[in-house]
Amino acid sequence: MRSAAHATKPKKDLKNLSINSILAVLLLAVFWMSLFVGRYSIDPYTVLLIITAQILAPFHLVQHTWPAVLDTVIWQVRFPRTLAAVLVGAGLAVSGATFQGTFRNPLVSESILGVSAGALVGASIGILLGRGPFTIQLLSFGFGILAVAMTFSISRVYKANPTLVLVLAGIVVGSLFSAISALIKYVADPYSKLPDLVFWQMGSFGQISLTDVYVTAPILLIGIAALMLVRWRLNILSMGDEEAVALGIDTKTLRIVVILCATLITAAAVAISGVIAWVGLIIPHIGRMLVGPDHKKLLPTSVLIGGSFMLGVDIICRNVTTSEIPVSIVTSLIGVPIFLILLKRGKESWS
Amino acid sequence: MISAKLEVDNATFSYDGSTPIFEDISFEVNKGEVFCILGPNGTGKSTLLRCLCNIHKLRGGSIRIDGQDISALKPAHLARRIGFIPQIHTPTFPYTVLEVVLMGRAPHLNMIATPSEKDYRIAEQAIKTINIEHIMDKPYTQLSGGQMQLVLLARVLAQEPDILLLDEPTSQLDIGNQMRTIAIIRKLANDGLSLVVTSHFPDHAFLYADKVGILKDKTFIKTGDTETTVTEKNLTRAYGVDVRIIHVGDGINRKLVVPMVTPISEFPE
Repeated sequence: MRSAAHATKPKKDLKNLSINSILAVLLLAVFWMSLFVGRYSIDPYTVLLIITAQILAPFHLVQHTWPAVLDTVIWQVRFPRTLAAVLVGAGLAVSGATFQGTFRNPLVSESILGVSAGALVGASIGILLGRGPFTIQLLSFGFGILAVAMTFSISRVYKANPTLVLVLAGIVVGSLFSAISALIKYVADPYSKLPDLVFWQMGSFGQISLTDVYVTAPILLIGIAALMLVRWRLNILSMGDEEAVALGIDTKTLRIVVILCATLITAAAVAISGVIAWVGLIIPHIGRMLVGPDHKKLLPTSVLIGGSFMLGVDIICRNVTTSEIPVSIVTSLIGVPIFLILLKRGKESWS
Repeated sequence: MISAKLEVDNATFSYDGSTPIFEDISFEVNKGEVFCILGPNGTGKSTLLRCLCNIHKLRGGSIRIDGQDISALKPAHLARRIGFIPQIHTPTFPYTVLEVVLMGRAPHLNMIATPSEKDYRIAEQAIKTINIEHIMDKPYTQLSGGQMQLVLLARVLAQEPDILLLDEPTSQLDIGNQMRTIAIIRKLANDGLSLVVTSHFPDHAFLYADKVGILKDKTFIKTGDTETTVTEKNLTRAYGVDVRIIHVGDGINRKLVVPMVTPISEFPE
């Protein structure tokens, strides 16, 4: 029995390692595909050459045998977009998993505290005022944080069950900001502003520049990394406050850290890509089916699935029709059936 | 293991600051002792246990471990001294039994750590002590109430505290598991742990408790040795029904507490 018990950890880790390796390879494959598929079709092999040339640039080992325009297509257009989609997908998935654990509810998503609704209002104000992309992103990010700060302040007023009050406050703040968004849409110029507003509301990676990625990627990466570091404690937080306190967890601090990180991630994601539905809700469920509910395994797996999924969706969005389809339309079309299947199969995965 | 003496002085608690749940509770538990709290439903036994591990903060009085007030201890430090088993509930996510037991290691790990090989070994040892290896990989959410209680017992052992607070540890168990749990309580006390146990079975106090406190109308109506405290008179007063205590000899040598059935028409108002 003793030797069998000892084998428990390595054996399980090996299984998760192999699942994550497969998911990592999948992510790389989709990443590669995202660079060669598109209106300007590029030979997959050439894409590999272009990437290798860039990595080994100081050594001049790779002959520049392709037209210079391909460098522009890859590095100015597709690479930033691809990178943004991966980071946003990973970020939304991790935030969703974190919020589901923290609020002990598998049906909440990253928008539960009003961050998406707030960020949408910020972006809408920027668009209405006719500002440039950087100001719009800044306003969006700021309003996302503001909404969650409001949610927090409201929840502080009531002394009852903190988790429940927080969620209820989030719903209230969310609908307040949704109303403001609706008002802005109502008054916006239907020809010059409305289409932009609608695209923001449904998400798009179409406008992303390399600068956007430089500005946003650090926020997303820091948020994801911080959640990764405390991920095992999410298990304990998900057992309820009383048990977590009895197990020596400073629940107040941990909950604030976790919510802050997830909020930063979501606000940054909405700021560059608009509001994208379903990813934060379904990716954690797919993750649980693969590696179980332990957040120690769930978060890394969610990052990998979230990145691949978002990128796959973006490839669909920019390739199936002549004009771009908003991201949320595709995530919902794919998300709904996946969710129904999970609901049927995963009855034992959550109770 | 360090000696752990738990001292409670004039403890008073209320949720709203005006209507106390209990007041002026005093007792002490020495190393290796089991203190059992008896009393009718709703008298605040569970609330008292929650105060002992600082989930609720006292409104008055003090709780000290080896002379140190618990309100001065950091949460993780306190959890290394005091372990608490709440009454069971089904969590949202179906963690395996091993994953739940591993959570007991939390106070020994820093904020960003995940359990190490050593933590796994301690968790598996705890699972072995409680004798639940056969359900180690099962989802915790699919267990029966009794099994869950055993898993939580394993978790608190993995926590390695000096003082253990058990909230009705036998309430959901069959008679076999009740006796096994009582044997575990005895063993832990012999190993040097101090235990505070709430129970609805005055019988069981004779089996594991060194001292008993009877909680009624917000305070202890009686504390002291089990033999002198668990008496027909005290129990009758506490539970409001006629209680007899009979001694069973014949090689069993046990005291049994027998509550008498009163016709509904004779219930006191």
